[in-house]
Amino acid sequence: MKKWIDRHLKGIFVTPSIIFILLMIIVPLAYNFIMSFTDWQMSIVKAPKFIGLTNYIDILKDERFRNSVWRTIVFSGVAILLESVLGVALAVLINRKFHGRRLVQALMLLPVVATPVALGMVWNLMLEPSIGIGNVLLTSLGFQPRAFLSTRSFESMFWLIMIDVWEWTPMVMLMVYGGLMTIPTAPYESALIDGANSWQTFTKITLPLASPTILVAVLMRLIDVVKTYDIIYATTGGGPSFATETINIYGYLNMFSYYRFGKAAAISVLFFIVVMAIGCGFLKVKSKVEVEY
Amino acid sequence: MNRKAKSVIASIFKHILIYAVLLITLFPLLWMLLASFEPHQSIINQAAHGLFEFEPTLQNFVRVFAQYDFAEYTLNSFIVAAVATLLSLVIGLPCAYAIARFKMRKSSVVVLLVRMIPGISFLLPWFTIFSKLGLRNTYAALILSHMLIALPFIVWIMIPNFEAIPRELEEAAWIDGCTQHGAFVRVSLRLSTPGIITASLLAFIFSWNNFMFSFALAGRDTITLPVAVFNFVSYAYIDWGGLMAASVAITLPIIILSLCLQRYIISGLTAGAVKG
Repeated sequence: MKKWIDRHLKGIFVTPSIIFILLMIIVPLAYNFIMSFTDWQMSIVKAPKFIGLTNYIDILKDERFRNSVWRTIVFSGVAILLESVLGVALAVLINRKFHGRRLVQALMLLPVVATPVALGMVWNLMLEPSIGIGNVLLTSLGFQPRAFLSTRSFESMFWLIMIDVWEWTPMVMLMVYGGLMTIPTAPYESALIDGANSWQTFTKITLPLASPTILVAVLMRLIDVVKTYDIIYATTGGGPSFATETINIYGYLNMFSYYRFGKAAAISVLFFIVVMAIGCGFLKVKSKVEVEY
Repeated sequence: MNRKAKSVIASIFKHILIYAVLLITLFPLLWMLLASFEPHQSIINQAAHGLFEFEPTLQNFVRVFAQYDFAEYTLNSFIVAAVATLLSLVIGLPCAYAIARFKMRKSSVVVLLVRMIPGISFLLPWFTIFSKLGLRNTYAALILSHMLIALPFIVWIMIPNFEAIPRELEEAAWIDGCTQHGAFVRVSLRLSTPGIITASLLAFIFSWNNFMFSFALAGRDTITLPVAVFNFVSYAYIDWGGLMAASVAITLPIIILSLCLQRYIISGLTAGAVKG
């Protein structure tokens, strides 16, 4: 018996996970895919009816969907840009010696691990137009009060991006900081002898040597940022009048608010394809980076 | 100005900058904490008084736990996160070990891809399948869905951990009469304790924090904390003090956990970015 286990160790060790992946991932994904070709309302009386590509054509014609795609792109693009620049700058900053370094690192981590829904709620309070601290501060400094998240203009999107940047920049910082620590000190010593200033050392030594880590960190963020859900749903829920509705939110609303299951399935299939395409690109870049360095 | 004075000024500037960033990072969390002890009248009239000029009260917490069943939601959250983490360890550790020992590179890519799948793709199928099986409103549905978060994470963190354990140690155990699976338990698992702590800690936190799966699948008896906090706002008037107290109640355990075990958390979060 013991020998039999050892001989089939690989199979025995892997099988439970494979069964889990099959039942909880592959089957649901296939089910979702099939259902995206049906007219499927949340109804027990009416069975799903096969309607071919109608859901997909509907979505591509749907202006609300197209807008949500643009919003997702803008949200992800701006957030990623700010998070990378700030993340790298902060990593360089905390890479220097200063008092309380360990404590600062530990505390900077908190927005990353804290519960997103709770974070959304405190941002709701702080940015509440009539009672929030945001407008209290603005008016006491002599500025006009702002609507923050409760406006249909781009401003609500802007503040959502700021919340995301606040929440996730520390994560980029920590990853890049990990990469900075692996850079040997020798290049810096010779730069010092050659009389390079700190900007030159940063652009000529730090950036090139840390770039693989930075790239991987940024791409890892990209995969997550397009899927941002909790913080948007907990603050604006996609509103006011769809002003902050990303693909994820629109898909969710189609499922559990409008009960258009077939259409929602089609949206999630499209979204799945996009995210996995980014993911495969990430894997390509990652393996290339690892070979080169 | 001489060089010494210059470097002192630079150092002061650096400290100011770092601690200013820290303050911005922590401000919303501090605000949450502050407001959770603040009476409603004081919260909605922030402009009329200074930051700390209010009578601190525990009423918000009392209300949340006495009136709104938050004790029950906390228990639900704990059960779901703990069981999902535990089950994921049981099936994930052997899997990670096999991938590491038998150099199944393709499988490790699959694990990474699974981590990337948008959660929304699962909601409809799970919702209908769990409903048909009569599993809605049970812990099973939530635990299974949360395992999707915990399992890939645990496997992903544990693969490099097992790879780092020298084969010779296991082979020595075989020579001493230990079976291969016995060596896995007695040698490899024991030596990977730090990795296992990291993986389970983060799996637990991500499950505890999860909103999307719980929101779609939780029934009346299995509401978890994030869902409860979210539902809090849907009442006609917003009880800000209670909402902040509830937010503190859900975040505080995570914050204490991660401050005490920050070394593990950082190594887990940055896994995959720096090496491997």
